[in-house]
Amino acid sequence: MTASSVRSSQNQVRRFPFAQVVDRLLPLVGVLVLFGVWWLIAVSGLINPVLLPTPIATLGTLITGMLTGTMLPDFFATVLRTFSAFLMAAVVGVPVGVALGSSEKLYRSMEFLIDFFRSTPASALIPLFILFFGVSDFSKIVIAAFSAFLLIVFNSAYGVINAKQSRILAAKVMGANRWRVFKDVLLLESLPQTFIGLRSGISISLVIVIVAEMFIGTDQGLGKRIIDAQQVLNVSDMYASILVTGILGYVLNMLFLILEKRFVHWSGK
Amino acid sequence: MMINSVTTPTIAPPEHFISVQGLCKSFAGLPLYEDFNLDLPNNQLVSIFGPNGCGKSTLINMISGLIPIDRGEIRIHGKPIRRAKIGYVFQNYRDSMFPWMSAYDNIAYPLRVKGMAEPECRDRVERLISTFNIRLDLKRYPYSFSGGQQQLVSILRALVADPEVLFLDEPFSALDFETTLFVRDKLQEIFMATSIPMLMVVHNLEEAVFLADTVLLLSKRPTHLVEAVPFTVPRPRTPDTLTSPEFIEVSRHCLEIFRQEMRK
Ligand SMILES: Nc1ncnc2c1ncn2[C@@H]1O[C@H](COP(=O)(O)OP(=O)(O)OP(=O)(O)O)[C@@H](O)[C@H]1O
Ligand SMILES: [Mg+2]
Repeated sequence: MTASSVRSSQNQVRRFPFAQVVDRLLPLVGVLVLFGVWWLIAVSGLINPVLLPTPIATLGTLITGMLTGTMLPDFFATVLRTFSAFLMAAVVGVPVGVALGSSEKLYRSMEFLIDFFRSTPASALIPLFILFFGVSDFSKIVIAAFSAFLLIVFNSAYGVINAKQSRILAAKVMGANRWRVFKDVLLLESLPQTFIGLRSGISISLVIVIVAEMFIGTDQGLGKRIIDAQQVLNVSDMYASILVTGILGYVLNMLFLILEKRFVHWSGK
Repeated sequence: MMINSVTTPTIAPPEHFISVQGLCKSFAGLPLYEDFNLDLPNNQLVSIFGPNGCGKSTLINMISGLIPIDRGEIRIHGKPIRRAKIGYVFQNYRDSMFPWMSAYDNIAYPLRVKGMAEPECRDRVERLISTFNIRLDLKRYPYSFSGGQQQLVSILRALVADPEVLFLDEPFSALDFETTLFVRDKLQEIFMATSIPMLMVVHNLEEAVFLADTVLLLSKRPTHLVEAVPFTVPRPRTPDTLTSPEFIEVSRHCLEIFRQEMRK
């Protein structure tokens, strides 16, 4: 870059700080629109206020629920289950996926099974898991782990299968044996795809944990809180709990995106 | 070398750095090479030139042991391929470097694979980069360098373990004009300093002639060697070489043969 082009780009930054701020706030526009529309509908009287509280009332419930602590135990119970399920899935899923991906025969022999269970809605399997593991906490975690596991296995295997042939050749021609090719090349080549699997894995864990909390029942958990609030028509608590699960899912996704950026710094370069 | 040939007088030092006998290779039943023979004199830089898809990459990949051959024999300095120490520079540096390792770790990789201790690795890499006067911050990742610098790093990686032959598959084709000149000059410097024999596929006739001692002209499929054209101008070759009568004559001759082959 020449000196003059550096100067002109600095000028631009200096001249339009306002434009930059606007640019950064752009993602909030959609949120404000949603809350605006929600508020309009709520105050218009079109919908029975018993079914739809205003967004302000909902946020109020959310904040007091979190601060005074009645929502916190539910929140942490769900987070704990989600992470336990995810960890189980990741610890088993990544090595299995990478192993499957490194042998084409092995992968092809399991491909149908993985695809079949991936296509089966995990919630359909909940009764089956109850049969085996009862209505315990462990049962909810296992079923969420199972769904996450399938996604993680599939993506890790896929990452290894689609590793750049030229890098494998490069390692071989430098004298790397099979183990080194696996450890130094295949594993790292598959990392971007593995992260996609992990990110989808944590998302599906949360989804299944919430469903299982509603379906199987539990002492604490956001899923249970939502269904309980709905049963007694405590709608502002129901909306607040739904919002919390949404925020939780979003934050988990962001967390994994940030981790991915740090660990897979070469992705897309 | 002398002592060796005295103690084992029955084995003469090989005169060829590469020798190919009766090589056959087909893809999907279609022959690419049939009874192909090649002897490349020691200590030369040899470039391969031929029409698209005639099997230039396949040839150097077979000689370097990257892909199997159907029949025949290939020897490097008189030894079977797997006993020879080779270096290989890929056409696409982006897809052959390891982006998760720093440039330094990329260059040191062949040494680590051989189980060399870390201090010795560092010595070797440092000696290599000081020999060729390379000023790069090797702590950076490969993708943060320019194309020419990346290709240079991948050439260093191929050189670090003291190969007895260096293979290069279109080392300039992913580079722009200016960077090509830079990498080409470095390559000449490396060849003059180390005199490691090199076998290089080049898709541009001028590039093929400029650095070479011998230009191999290949035919269309099924591929045979049309002619091995010598080019004997002394090194270092400079931009002036491009306008020298020898260069013009050899280029013209190669072009004519290439044209004749295309008409067949
Ligand atoms: N794995 C393969 N399977 C089938 N055919 C192949 C395979 N590899 C190469 N070929 C064929 O062999 C021929 C030679 O390929 P090769 O890549 O060696 O040519 P090349 O001279 O390097 O071409 P280019 O100038 O495009 O680099 C081509 O016709 C190609 O289609
Ligand atoms: Mg080629």
